[in-house]
Amino acid sequence: MSDIAKLHDAVLTVGVALDGAGWDPDAWRELPDPAAVFTADYWTDLVRTAELAGIDYVTLEDDLHLQGASEVGDPARSDSLQGRLDALLTLTAVAARTDQIGVVPVVTVTHTEPFHVATALQTLDHVSLGRAGWQLRISPAPADAAAFGRRSAETLTPEALLGEAEDVAEVARALWDSWEDDAVIRDTSTGRFLDRDRLHHVNFVGDLFSIAGPSIVPRSPQGQLPVTLLAETAETEALAIRVADVVFIPPADTLASSLERIGAVHAAAAAAPREERGLEPLRIVVDFEVGGERGVSRGPAELADQVAAAQRAGADGVRLRPARLPRDLEWVAEALLPELRHRGLTASAPRSGVETPARTLRQRLGLAAAPHRFAAASEPSAGDDQDVQTRDSQEVNA
Amino acid sequence: MTAADGAQRQIHLVAHFPGVNSTTVWSDPAAGSQIDFASFRHFAQTAERGLFDYVFLAEGLRVREHAGKIHDLDVAGRPATLAIITAMAAVTERIGVVGTLSSTFNEPVELARQLASIDHLSGGRVGWNVVTSSDAFHGGNFRRGGYLPYPERYERAEEFVRVAKHLWDSWADDALVADARRGRFADPDRIARVAHQGKHFAVDTTPTVPRSPQGYPVIVQAGDSPAGRDFAAANAEVIFTRHSEYAEGRAFYADVQERLAAAGRSSDSLLIMPGATFIVGDTDAEARDLSREVAHAQISPQTALAWLEAIWGRDLSDIDLDGPLPADEPEETVLRQGQTSTAIDRRAHAARLRERAEAEGLSAREVVIAETAQHTFVGSAETVADEINRYVQGRASDGFVLVPHLVPTGLDVFVDRVVPILQERGVYRTAYESPANPRPTLRSVLGLPAPQPPASLDLAVA
Repeated sequence: MSDIAKLHDAVLTVGVALDGAGWDPDAWRELPDPAAVFTADYWTDLVRTAELAGIDYVTLEDDLHLQGASEVGDPARSDSLQGRLDALLTLTAVAARTDQIGVVPVVTVTHTEPFHVATALQTLDHVSLGRAGWQLRISPAPADAAAFGRRSAETLTPEALLGEAEDVAEVARALWDSWEDDAVIRDTSTGRFLDRDRLHHVNFVGDLFSIAGPSIVPRSPQGQLPVTLLAETAETEALAIRVADVVFIPPADTLASSLERIGAVHAAAAAAPREERGLEPLRIVVDFEVGGERGVSRGPAELADQVAAAQRAGADGVRLRPARLPRDLEWVAEALLPELRHRGLTASAPRSGVETPARTLRQRLGLAAAPHRFAAASEPSAGDDQDVQTRDSQEVNA
Repeated sequence: MTAADGAQRQIHLVAHFPGVNSTTVWSDPAAGSQIDFASFRHFAQTAERGLFDYVFLAEGLRVREHAGKIHDLDVAGRPATLAIITAMAAVTERIGVVGTLSSTFNEPVELARQLASIDHLSGGRVGWNVVTSSDAFHGGNFRRGGYLPYPERYERAEEFVRVAKHLWDSWADDALVADARRGRFADPDRIARVAHQGKHFAVDTTPTVPRSPQGYPVIVQAGDSPAGRDFAAANAEVIFTRHSEYAEGRAFYADVQERLAAAGRSSDSLLIMPGATFIVGDTDAEARDLSREVAHAQISPQTALAWLEAIWGRDLSDIDLDGPLPADEPEETVLRQGQTSTAIDRRAHAARLRERAEAEGLSAREVVIAETAQHTFVGSAETVADEINRYVQGRASDGFVLVPHLVPTGLDVFVDRVVPILQERGVYRTAYESPANPRPTLRSVLGLPAPQPPASLDLAVA
């Protein structure tokens, strides 16, 4: 176990993974109004419940195809929850109506525009005043390739998908740093709003896309949003070790295999050149199911035992997957969290009447304030792009 | 909007969040942050207090450059459009949120899903200002690059909107069953697979978002070329135009109505809303003084110089801005990247500017002010209200997209002082809701007809 893991011994972070009506496909049957999963109020109420309980952050799942329909032409089902709203936009609406909890949407990188992904996440960080994170996901589903119709599914090999995801993560981080914190100077004596030397082109050239930059969004409160990844496979685990701040270890059949996985990821991350890439030690977060078939029989004490075991094995946090919303989330708030606190496993306190300034998500995760990668560097002037005259353009001046 | 016989036409108002250009004054002590969410919340809530139809956001896809360097004289930096309009909708109840989004640098399946998501999250209050782009400068930030030839832009936009509408129509109104007792969440027979094969897009998908409260977002269009006007006549429900001068506005209004009829659409299915700036004072004279002051803040000497350099295509730092315009002819070098330039024939443009300077006795800087910082409505609250009303009753517009010069408080004076007068005149709403329409969508606030649901779900070939 590394020194860092020991340092954070007593402060496991606690997140909640939200999806539809919960992770149980039948969970929608218990909702008074199942169609409410397509409203802002439904998600705001759930996240406020988590916020009041002192949960550090919520993640929200996303996919570009219907649940269970990853092949082209797979039909919709009648018996399980179908459909979902864009996760980033849903959590942006929620962020505007909450003020403490971290918000971490799943945003896929495979068919989307890296510039839009990076700037939308920065905007979420501005709206939430520094509470935003990103669960990066690749989209290997043939259905997603057919929906966009720009690349044939055969070209989306695991190597291509992972290589592209690494490029997107890299370019997003570069765009997030492309404005220095003090780039806006409002200097009336010289008529300058900006100090142009504190904006930076990223000039990224990859195999599949190139981006000139800088971002259109000034540096956000956190600067660098925490990047998270679910280690579903050996490949995504390797990607997490290369680019992420936080890795989620999915629930395993036995606790023993979860604990073993923690150790393996720890060792692999420690051996990787993360520091030279400007990354802190990888935060390892273990997913636990709450309620549902595998979680149903566990009481708070039993689950707390498992959380304690994960902590001893080197985990930095746990992420809970409620099977049925809002019931299992309420159980987390009322039964599990008090038990974890009682044992000193987590520092996350329920919200009190005393308002304190919100902590950023980086602070909650124990990540240091992100330094600015371009701050010391100077850059050559831009301007390879020339020639084409714009007429109707993005900016419409009245 | 058609009004009943004898009734006055009702005015529509839109609040344009101040843009990243010289119209937005940053040097005023009252100028706040262009990026903090508090600014967007204040602006949206003020517009909602003023019962505006919607808040309007431009789009930024690349920071502007001048002579190969970041343009540093104007406000720059803004949030991503989709996310910020979602957040503004989350802190308001009734006002619409309309975002400018490029049909060139997005894909239909993703953008349609995002807009439908916002329509759900906002309870039916979203609109989409469809714009096109063709230049390599903006393309430098996107996968597809900037190679789309000019004539294909509206062709792609047209196909984009057509595919998006198929996607929005894919879930029938009754596809979402949500019946726990029978164990049926959705009715697969009422959810269509959309398969489209066209020149610009190949889409084969079953969308993940149920039909949204409005069916689809209100479609806004802002291009002014003949192709843009035809696109608007075929697709748009609101046109955001530059024609804010009265006679010009009437001509534009008539032209669009003709195209609308030719496209087989009724005259009440499209609103025409010019962009307009305003300066409100206690008296007309005070407002005129204030207007001059604001114009000088908008066009600093440096900004005037950069504007002239963009036309002359060369460094002009040796000229005296309080003296005459440069005597030599412009060069064709493109200095300014990332902003509209309608001056295609630079020699003609320069000649026109010299003529105006001569006729009105203006210095170089004063010419720039006269060309770019003339405020549309200047006067006391009564004067501004009456002038706006004259345009609408005279069918020079259906209302205005108001562009304040200050973030975030630029709209306050209009809402506090001009809106009450319009209400007294009986030409402006006093509430969003009516007994007949207790939970209005953006489209119903605009008085536009609801989109017709598709005749059938046979969308396999779109």
